[in-house]
Order: sequence, then structure tokens, then C-alpha cells
Amino acid sequence: MAENGSFYNEVLTDHNMHPMHKHDLEGATCACDGVNPSCGDEITLQLKIEDGIIKDGAFSGDGCAISQASVDIMLEMIIGRTTEEARHYAHLFFRMIKGEATPEEIEELEEAGALEDISHMPARVKCAVLGWHTLEDMLDKAIEDNG
Amino acid sequence: MINESDINRIRSQFPLISGKDIAYLDNAATTQKPLCVLDAERKYYEESNANPLRGVYELSTRATEEFENARAKVARFINAADPSEIVFTRNATESLNLIAFSYGLGKIHEGDEIAVSVMEHHSNFLPWKMVCERTGAILVKIECDPEGNITDEELDRKIGDKTKIVAVTALSNVLGRKNDIKRIAKKAHEVGAVMVADGAQSVPHMGTDVQDMDADFLVFSGHKMYSAMGIGALYGKKKILDDMDPFLRGGEMIETVHWDKVRYAQVPHKFEAGTVNAGGAVSLGAAIDFIESIGINDIGAREHELTKYAMRLIKDIPGVQIVGSKDPEDHLGIVTFTVDDVHPHDVADILGNEGVCIRAGHHCAQPLMDHLGLKSTSRASFAFYNTKEEVDRFIDSLSKVRGLMGYK
Repeated sequence: MAENGSFYNEVLTDHNMHPMHKHDLEGATCACDGVNPSCGDEITLQLKIEDGIIKDGAFSGDGCAISQASVDIMLEMIIGRTTEEARHYAHLFFRMIKGEATPEEIEELEEAGALEDISHMPARVKCAVLGWHTLEDMLDKAIEDNG
Repeated sequence: MINESDINRIRSQFPLISGKDIAYLDNAATTQKPLCVLDAERKYYEESNANPLRGVYELSTRATEEFENARAKVARFINAADPSEIVFTRNATESLNLIAFSYGLGKIHEGDEIAVSVMEHHSNFLPWKMVCERTGAILVKIECDPEGNITDEELDRKIGDKTKIVAVTALSNVLGRKNDIKRIAKKAHEVGAVMVADGAQSVPHMGTDVQDMDADFLVFSGHKMYSAMGIGALYGKKKILDDMDPFLRGGEMIETVHWDKVRYAQVPHKFEAGTVNAGGAVSLGAAIDFIESIGINDIGAREHELTKYAMRLIKDIPGVQIVGSKDPEDHLGIVTFTVDDVHPHDVADILGNEGVCIRAGHHCAQPLMDHLGLKSTSRASFAFYNTKEEVDRFIDSLSKVRGLMGYK
């Protein structure tokens, strides 16, 4: 919990107010929409993947602070990584949200660890995982497309 | 008039809020339930339960009496001419679907028009959209101004010779504004259309007289007026109900069934197929007794006072905007608002963290959100058991939201 007694800690509010990756991505190689129909959160994720490496990424959309900050933090983590590393982070993130991750795994998630408290908030889980699920869908689709 | 000492006594009858650290301000979604209502349902199952309308033994007769007594209470509560004009359903949504499937699909033809206001809950929009899609009728949008007002000119523009059904809510679940159903029904009747009024938000908070408003149909849910979930009502003028086909078919809605020939029961039983929710009906009857023991006008007056008090304080919070009319006189029990830069789900979560329960989202009224240019909003809605202290708590939490989210 943050000092103010809510889970809206500084990492989360910073990414929500000043997202680093909320823009249109020129030269994107793939894009995927994610929607959370119960809340109305919606994002479009764009990635530029070359030789299995995520060279760049961006998102657009509208939703609560958790959905928007979570996808911004995610992009910050996966840009410059291989798609396999991105999948590994997604796996760890889902484990954390289910309350199953070890302290070492949460450490490995760096800033995304700021969303750990969501594991105690069933109503907000869908918001937190929206970006990560969209990423997984996109990577699965990219594999199908390539063959 | 309800004074503060009455309120403590009244609140003590609501186990979920009595002495609990919770400010429940989501009453437009569902109200809490008083002990007398919970006890009535329990007593029905402990002392009078059998399958109503079937057996000839004494217990079944008693079950039937309890069920039909509840119907008579509902009829009296909204001043229906006769109890047979009340059909028990699960809720307002089911009532509206009943009208759409039975009356709509039966009477509407290609080229007819169904006029629906833009402020309707999805329950009073999607069934009419379905009827139009299946029959080739045209769905006509009755628009409101940003204050939620439907003008006479708009009614004249949208209700005409081709209009066969006019469907409008008596009180918007987002704007908290009343629509004058009597005035709209008059327009509908001038062109020979039937008037469908959604009373889900109005019936719990203001006196309802279906004969005076001259609605052909009025629907509402029990759970928004202190009774159990899963019971609601459909009022329909008898001559119209008599002329409609059944909605669901099966047990207890027939007179005789042979392989080649079926005779359906009279209204209202024609529309109550299968074993009924007798416990729910008894619960609704007890809820009406409870409301009448306090007085619907006093209930509405106190809710209006709480709404005005909340709106006055909201206006002083920087960065918070009230949706719809800024005049508290136009709001009954409902205040919908947005917080600059902050998504409604974050608003509701921050308030929820402090025990203040409000609703966030599109409130099942997405066409209205589109019309107002909003994606989603937050909503506080009051019942007469709420207090000014609870409103103060709500305002205190709401004042902190932008700061907690990092805004100045």
C-alpha cells in the first residue's frame, strides 16, 4: 500500500499522468486491440519486432489508471527485449497478480512489481492484466503469421 | 417528515448498514433490505409454502392467498384499476422483454416506428432494437438536451402517425431527472401509439399513479425498493394485456391443453408460466408495507434533500463536474459526475477504499453516454436511510481523489 492508504502509489500515478509510450508508433510491425468490456478499458498496442527483438512499442486508448499505467510499465520493460523475454515477464506478471509469485520473481518484474497489491483486489485484476494479455495475443498471432 | 431520530430507528432495521463502517450510496443499483422484508419472505417459506395456484389443500390455498395479496398491494401502490393488471416478473428488464416479445413482435409491422429516448437504460432500448430488427420497423431516437430535458418540440418531431410505441423512462438512472410521462403519454395516444414507461428508478422514490399518468405499460424491479432480488412487476392496461400472446409457455398459464387445442389462462396468469417466485412476491408486498409505513412522499422528500445537499458540496470541489442539470431541483436521488483527468473506476476505487460505495461506468446507458460525449461517469445515489454524515464522508473522499492521483 502507498502512504496515502490506497494502492495508487507513485509509480502508478506517474505512469498514468505522464505515460512514456502513449503515442502512435511509426513503422510498427504488428498491432492488437485489447478491451475490458466490464469496465470499458480499451487499448491498442503496437510493436515493432525485428529478428525476434522488440525494437519499439507504443499504445493508445482510454481507461482507468491501472490499465493505462500497467501497459506503459509493460512497454518500458519489454522494449529492447526478445519476444521470449517478453513472454517470460508476462508469465511472471500473471503469477504475481494471482498471488503466486516469489519475492525474487516480483523483484525481477522491476516497476511492474508496483502493481503487486492488485492480487488482493479482484475487481481490478482485469484492468492490470489488459496490456499483458494483449501482448500475449499479439505474440501468438505473430507466430501464426510467420508460420 | 422524517427527522434524524427516526433515521436511527429506521437504520437499525437494515442489518447491512446498521452500525457498519460503510456509506452505501449505490441505491439506484439496488437498495439494502430491512428485517421486516427479510422476515416476511422467511415467514412465507416457514408457514405458508406450497406451490401457489395449484393444490386444493389448505396450505396451497394459503400460498395462493399470500401471492395474490402481494399482487393486490402492488396494484394499490401504483393505483392500478385492478390487480389483474399486475404481472409478476423477475425485474424491470424481464417486464420490458415481455412487452417487446408479446406486444412488440405481435403488433408491430414493417415501416412502423418505435420512439425511444436516448437516455434509456439498455433494458428499455435493446428489446425495442430487437423488435425493429425482426419486424422491419424503424427505431426513432428521442433526444434530450444536455440538461436531460425532452422538449415538446422534440416530441412533436419524433412522435407521428407511424409511431406505434413510445418508450421512455420516468426517471433517468444517470441524470436523476424525471420525465413527465403524463405529457409524453398524451402525445403517444394522440397518434394511437402505446406508452411504455420504465419506472425502475421512479417507483421507489415518488408516488406513482398509473391511471393519472395514463401509461399503457409501466415496469419496475422490487430490489431497488427494499425487496429481494428476482421479483419485479409489469403493469399493463387490461384490455391491452388481454389482447397479447403469452411470453413464456408452460405450467400454470393455461386453462386447458389438448394435443390439438390450447386455451390460455386469463391475465395476469397467462404471463406467469411455471412456478412463480411467491417468496419474492411476498417480499415485495412487505417492502410496499414498509414504504407505506413511512410514506412515499416523505421518502422522496428526504432523498431530494440529501441530493441537494450533496450537489451543493460537489459544486465546491475543484475538478469535479456534475453531469446533466446543474439545478438540484432537477435531480431526485441521483447525482452523476466526472472528475477531471481521473477515470471513474479509479474514483470509485478510491472512495471504496474508504468505505464509500458508489457506482462507476456507463450505468447501462451507453447511448446516453455517447449523446453527452462521455465514456463513463461516477454516480452517487441516495435512499432515505442515508444521512448527511454519509454525504459528508462521500464529499471528503471525493475531495481527495485528484490529489491521490497526483494532480494538483
